[in-house]
Amino acid sequence: MLKDKHLTVTVSPHIKTSLTTERMMWIVSAALIPAAGAGIYFFGPHAALVIAVCVGASIITELFCAVLMKKPATIKDGSAFLTGLLLALCLPPEFPLWMCALGSFFSIAVSKFAFGGLGHNIFNPALAGRAFLMGAFAKEMTTWKTLQDFPDGITAATPLNLLKEQGYDSLMKVFDSHSHLFKELFIGRVGGSIGETSAALLIIGGLILIFARVTTWHIPVSYILTVIIVSYFTGGLFDIPFHLFTGGLMLGAFFMATDPVTSPITPKGQIIFGIGCGLFTMLIRIRGGYPEGVCYAILLMNSVTPLIERFSKTRIFGVKR
Amino acid sequence: MKARVTFKGGIHPPENKGLCGELSIKDFPPPETAVLPLQQSLGSASEPVVKKGDKVKKGTLIARSKGYISSNLHSSVSGEVIDIRKSPHPLLGEANAIIIKSDNRDEPERDYSAEEASADSLSSGEILELIQNAGIVGLGGATFPAHVKLNPPADKPIKTFIINGAECEPYLTSDHSLMLECADRILKGAALIKKMLKAEKCLIAIEENKKDAIALFRQKIIQLKNAEGLQVFPLKVKYPQGAEKQLIYTLTGKEVPSGGLPMDVSVLVHNIGTVFAVYEAVFLRKPLFERIVTVSGKGIKNPANWRVRIGTTFKMLVNHSGLADKKIKKLIMGGPMMGLAQYTDEVPVVKATSGILVLTSDEAADFEHLACIRCGKCVSVCPMGLMPAEISKMVEKGRIDTAKSIGLMDCMECGSCNYICPSGTNLLQYIKLGKYEYLRSKNVKR
Repeated sequence: MLKDKHLTVTVSPHIKTSLTTERMMWIVSAALIPAAGAGIYFFGPHAALVIAVCVGASIITELFCAVLMKKPATIKDGSAFLTGLLLALCLPPEFPLWMCALGSFFSIAVSKFAFGGLGHNIFNPALAGRAFLMGAFAKEMTTWKTLQDFPDGITAATPLNLLKEQGYDSLMKVFDSHSHLFKELFIGRVGGSIGETSAALLIIGGLILIFARVTTWHIPVSYILTVIIVSYFTGGLFDIPFHLFTGGLMLGAFFMATDPVTSPITPKGQIIFGIGCGLFTMLIRIRGGYPEGVCYAILLMNSVTPLIERFSKTRIFGVKR
Repeated sequence: MKARVTFKGGIHPPENKGLCGELSIKDFPPPETAVLPLQQSLGSASEPVVKKGDKVKKGTLIARSKGYISSNLHSSVSGEVIDIRKSPHPLLGEANAIIIKSDNRDEPERDYSAEEASADSLSSGEILELIQNAGIVGLGGATFPAHVKLNPPADKPIKTFIINGAECEPYLTSDHSLMLECADRILKGAALIKKMLKAEKCLIAIEENKKDAIALFRQKIIQLKNAEGLQVFPLKVKYPQGAEKQLIYTLTGKEVPSGGLPMDVSVLVHNIGTVFAVYEAVFLRKPLFERIVTVSGKGIKNPANWRVRIGTTFKMLVNHSGLADKKIKKLIMGGPMMGLAQYTDEVPVVKATSGILVLTSDEAADFEHLACIRCGKCVSVCPMGLMPAEISKMVEKGRIDTAKSIGLMDCMECGSCNYICPSGTNLLQYIKLGKYEYLRSKNVKR
């Protein structure tokens, strides 16, 4: 008899998707594992330590902040784990561990919890953490472990560093030919941050995100297309694969810019956001003082997300523009 | 013709339509006591024309429509009126109802099995009167009185008459089974309405998951002598494909203006069940006192489609179908997307009851409220092109006017946003609250 049952009364709907926030976070984390694994494989055990410390420090900070702000601890939702992992992947492989912990603390405590916790932050926490470390420890943040034999005088560099500081010729001196350079970039056997060197594995991870419906194509495609177009018109055909597969572009386009909290919620807004990221990335790479622009480009676009949303409202059914 | 076009947005929840197994309609025995709420449609409740102690037959008028938007009510059993009192109501919580004790003879007011030959020669006015007398309301769930809808103002001619057989709600198969069993009669009703409206086209829209119904209707139409303008239109399987505005857009490419009605784009939509009821009212002179109800859900041992008398309590249907030995969580009238959770099984089947679902704790979602992560999924699934997360946030903050300005009142409450939300936020609850608050504030200002 139903009379004896405890009937729950709620508003409709009574069913919901199984793709929860928690599951989305863990899918993103899982999609990053190949790239993280490649980082450890290429750069050695210290990279693994950097990842472990960042993840651990993020989770501890999250717990600490939750207790302090009397909010329920949300470790289970995987967002702290993911922030720690993302931060680690954009740090140099030999980065001092205590700095890793400090960066994670900044990511979670300052750029996430100070704004109200999950869903309320303006800036991508991992990128904000990286920007903080860049400002605080510029030397350590630009000390790379490299995998190539460099000509005399250059101790270590990423391909983007090399291009910016030494010019095109020395880049060619290191890698011999275009095809060799592109191959190394694509596989990830070049200097750089732990998780951003292997374009191939990042693309695989990104496709997993899109097929698992964790994210949509709008931001990655508009971001990458913009980079392709700008690099073609500023450099030429050779520049396209170079800019695509070097630096943090793939990591940024698939995993950072797509952070739902800090990007626009409408498809049209997401496309504008992606284009903006692409333009600023290329502007910094070509004209800026830094060799790499992904981090700041995304942070910059994060800050204009509310503005983009204002101009990219959806069209209501039955209402003419 | 394959279904090519569709509307923007929508979701694909698990269908669970197979639970009912073979789609046949079984007759549910008339209830011992029928509870017939006076409020069976949108608008005003009907006014009783019987009193305690009156003897009634099956099909006897027991309450008359009161006001323009209202509908007649007929007894669903033969017996005696034992009371008119407040009773549980599946939509209103509690409302006045006429209680009739059955004499178990099931004696009809007249013979409802023979077809009137004269139906074809009736005038529009006569047909409308028959429909009004029979107390027909929209059986898809909206319960708008059919005779009002079928009588559009002269300056709004209807070009396309759409019969909605989408049945996009998961679990429900009542329309599907009706289409399979009563195709001929539905087509007769369709032709009648088309003629009455002087519509150019009559499109029967069926989701592609009901291939047998599509094939059957096509075959029947070919056999018809006078099938001009009559066409079956297969629809993509997607929720909410059966929503009126989305259906019209899919079939005609026209958008019903915000705040407008289908007749503004020369279209009229009726549910398949309503068309069947119109057939019965006009050809058989049978008032609406029974309907097809899906009794399903994983909490039900033997899910099935029943022809049920209005006024039968949910309890009788659920007990007859048997409860599965599982943890029961919810009793719902309607589908899992838009249906209403009931607090008691004492509520009666009303004209709006398309299904009764008993959901287990595995099926019925627990909504764990996490913070909105602004993923935008609600925006991309909203068939009305709204930004549900934004509207809900504004309502939550009490900014009803802002919510209104970004489309609060355009929401049709399909629940797609709530279904897809990974954070489990109660988007629809806030939107419904906002609509309620808005209408209330508007009434106060007046």
